[in-house]
Amino acid sequence: MVVRVPPPSAQPRSRLRVLLASGAAALALAAGSVVPGMPLGAAPQQAQAADSGDKTLTVAVAQGIDSLSPFLAQKLLSTSVSRLMYDFLTNYDAKDNHAIPGLATKWEPSADKLTWTYTIRTDSKWSDGQQATAEDAAWTFNKIMDDEAAAQANGSFVTNFKKVTAPSPTKLVIELKEPQATMAALDVPIVPKHMWDKVGDFGKFNNDEDFPVVGNGPFILTDYKVDQYVKLKANKDFWRGAPKFDEVVFKTYKDQDAAVAALRKGEVSFVAGSPALTPAQANSLKGDKNIKVNEGPGRRFFALAVNPGAQTKDRKKFGDGNKALLDQKVRQALFLSIDRKTIIDKVFQGHAVEGKGYIPPRFPEYAWEPSASQTLAYDPDKAGQLLDEAGYKLKGDKRVGKDGKPLDLRILCHATDPNDKAVAKYLKEWWGDLGVGLKVDCLDDVSVPWFAGEYDLAFDGWSVNPDPDFVLGIHTCAALPVKAKQSAATDDFICDETYDGLYKKQLAEYDPAKRADVVGQMQSWLYDSGYMNVIAYPNAVEAYRTDQIKSITTMPEAAGNIYGQDGYWSWWSAVPASGSGDSDSSGSGSSTGVIIGIVVAVVVLAGGGFLISRRRRTTADDRE
Amino acid sequence: MTADSTPALVKQADADGPAPAGPSAARGPRARNTKAYLKYVAAKIAGAVVSLFAVLVTSFFLFRLIPSDPVKQMTGGRRVSAEQLESLRHQFGLDQPMWQQFTSYVKDALTGDFGTSFAYHAPVVDKIVEKLPATLLLTGTAYVLYSLLGIWLGTRTAWRNGSASDRFNTALALTLYSVPSFWLGLLLIIVFSVGVGPIPGMFPTGGMSAGDGASGFAYIMDVAHHMVLPVITLVAVGYAQTLLVMRSSLLDEMGSDYLTTARAKGLRDDTVRRKHAVPNAMLPTFTLMFVNLGHVVAGQILVETVFSWPGLGSLFYQGLSTPDLPLVQGLFFVFATAVILANTLADVLYPLLDPRVGR
Repeated sequence: MVVRVPPPSAQPRSRLRVLLASGAAALALAAGSVVPGMPLGAAPQQAQAADSGDKTLTVAVAQGIDSLSPFLAQKLLSTSVSRLMYDFLTNYDAKDNHAIPGLATKWEPSADKLTWTYTIRTDSKWSDGQQATAEDAAWTFNKIMDDEAAAQANGSFVTNFKKVTAPSPTKLVIELKEPQATMAALDVPIVPKHMWDKVGDFGKFNNDEDFPVVGNGPFILTDYKVDQYVKLKANKDFWRGAPKFDEVVFKTYKDQDAAVAALRKGEVSFVAGSPALTPAQANSLKGDKNIKVNEGPGRRFFALAVNPGAQTKDRKKFGDGNKALLDQKVRQALFLSIDRKTIIDKVFQGHAVEGKGYIPPRFPEYAWEPSASQTLAYDPDKAGQLLDEAGYKLKGDKRVGKDGKPLDLRILCHATDPNDKAVAKYLKEWWGDLGVGLKVDCLDDVSVPWFAGEYDLAFDGWSVNPDPDFVLGIHTCAALPVKAKQSAATDDFICDETYDGLYKKQLAEYDPAKRADVVGQMQSWLYDSGYMNVIAYPNAVEAYRTDQIKSITTMPEAAGNIYGQDGYWSWWSAVPASGSGDSDSSGSGSSTGVIIGIVVAVVVLAGGGFLISRRRRTTADDRE
Repeated sequence: MTADSTPALVKQADADGPAPAGPSAARGPRARNTKAYLKYVAAKIAGAVVSLFAVLVTSFFLFRLIPSDPVKQMTGGRRVSAEQLESLRHQFGLDQPMWQQFTSYVKDALTGDFGTSFAYHAPVVDKIVEKLPATLLLTGTAYVLYSLLGIWLGTRTAWRNGSASDRFNTALALTLYSVPSFWLGLLLIIVFSVGVGPIPGMFPTGGMSAGDGASGFAYIMDVAHHMVLPVITLVAVGYAQTLLVMRSSLLDEMGSDYLTTARAKGLRDDTVRRKHAVPNAMLPTFTLMFVNLGHVVAGQILVETVFSWPGLGSLFYQGLSTPDLPLVQGLFFVFATAVILANTLADVLYPLLDPRVGR
């Protein structure tokens, strides 16, 4: 019988050596942070260009770039970068969003409203020294009109264009098929023809290989690493004046908590919420003396959309929306039993404004409010009364229709949006008290059941532009799908003659005040219909370091947002704080301290390993 | 924790491993067995090829099960006309019948073309090639470290089975194994990037480099600096598996007669462990290491996201959120191929380590 000899315990000396080696290595690593050049602690440190004391503004963004070609760019970050690289014909005033000169100094319609003439400025140069002219603008629009691949991003702006010409370097003429009031809101970056006419396939050219990229905006694109950063340097010759920061860097942080940590540390100057910082993040940052949390009226609305009966352009019905919702009284009853104030307080934790009209109040020119008699304020009793009138009586604790079926509804919610889920819980409770059942369907992508018309209600939201034409247009009959279940421009299958008539009227109305009045009527119609119930306008919540940014323009200027503006005001106007940019980058890999620390760690680890291996190279009697 | 209470994952891996071989077993196939070995290798490679084709077909249909409209997702919130939507559908081939999409997908894939990414407007292969080095650097480094740490600690804990250090190390490894990697990552960012109390902020909060134009050695050090926290996160949650498999297989060896013989020859305990017990106990661990090697390519979605590491993991996540069908199909194929190749390699090499396999 073989007796197993238990292994003796390991020699304490060996353990001690390993422990010492590990400890020394860890200390050496840490030393990398305490030697000169790598200051201790979370003192704010401004990222800066390696070669100089340039002032750099680093913006933490969650989104990546889909393309740096303005013909393809769809994402907010990409279009924001396009705004910095290229001038548009017109811009929006930071104070009140009214149209102001951009590349064009003047624009005027003909008497028949079908021809617009733009005067192109003479003091805008491309960054390669060439003059920007009307020819560049005409070429840009014609390319979008003629090349399907070049129309991916901005095709919607030219659908009503008949012809675009440049009779002289300072004169651009656009002929229209129908009158169009949005001609001072053409958000199309104008590109240099002499660079872009060499491009072969516009569907594949991403404008991200040769740097610096020739442009005429306030900044010049100098570098881009996919999903890492986008770098732009100030255009000192920009006609409106040079930006105050020498460089703007949009750095990708896929996790917003990590981005907030980077701001707290001083690695970035600004954190763009996506779309807003959470209340917890905002509150935690408010305690920091060097950080300002900027909260302004948002450009989004958060709403409930009702399926009015999905249909195609040629009025073929499809989908399975609950027929009960075709009754306006039922729709209004549902909205009378929503306590918006509670939602603002509990779900948005005060970081939103109570919803009223379709256009958020940050666009005062077009914002609309219901009259006192029109308002559908929280009133469960009245809601019950309306349901009774509509034929849905209470039997026990359920509302039952004339066909004997209980009134049970479904609501589509975005699984990725915590606000949807939280509001849905309240709706379930409030509508349950009313006797209406609610099933909440949370999906990662709601677009498939939505465009199949297989929903009763859905959480809805859009970012609104200074010109409201687009968000109004998504409720017209023209936006309906050609085929059933196919995605389309429509938002909610609304198709109504009255609304369509008003839409056409506002588009052909060139007088701003009269047009605003028609837009108000459209919102009034939407409100009364009960198809689109705006619950809240979530605030823009973002934060920046005051020890890096002394001042920055919000939009609207009085109180507004910084990231994702309809213009370049924020980054163009930002003034560096005195002393910012004078310290090392916290992420700088060229830090002597880090190098020394890591080298020492490697040496200590190697030494430790050598000592241990030496101990094991014992005498010859070890050998078999 | 004792050997009897090893978790399922260890027992599973252990069950897959071969029985212990004698001390001089690992000599490779002999001449008379060369033919048999080649036949065995050919069978394994054929199996891998069939698997790869199955993956190719599966990847096409799998991502079409996701209820989604890529075109609407891509243009989400943007001003688009019906004509633009139609044009986009046509450009991406989404207006073709499913069977037509499938045949062109297979035909193109066989020539190494996985199409053009919807979200990046660039060839899928280019995107993968662009992101692969970052992932290999991060997960490859972590893989080497957690494998070595797991083997070393697994050996130590098994050799001192039942001791305080065994109990502590096994419990710690299991605890870390259970910790969500993104949570641990965020914790490390808060403590070691921002700094807490007396602990200074030592490391960057995210990204792969400072992007300050550094080059050469300075750039290498910069990347290394950015790698520290994500690597620590991956190693912390990853070494337990190797530790437990190594520990379990070494415990099985420890009662073997050949070890008693070795000790009876008067060999030092250290030598008995390193030269006799560990090589045989390594066989199941070797299998596990190859399985893990296949996963190195797939990156780590959560850790790459928390640390904003620009690798394949975060690319896959972005691809799924559109869904960018060509991109996720291509990535899925690459990930699956890496696992199949790693397993095939393990199968091919195993008989060289354990002559009883493949005969």
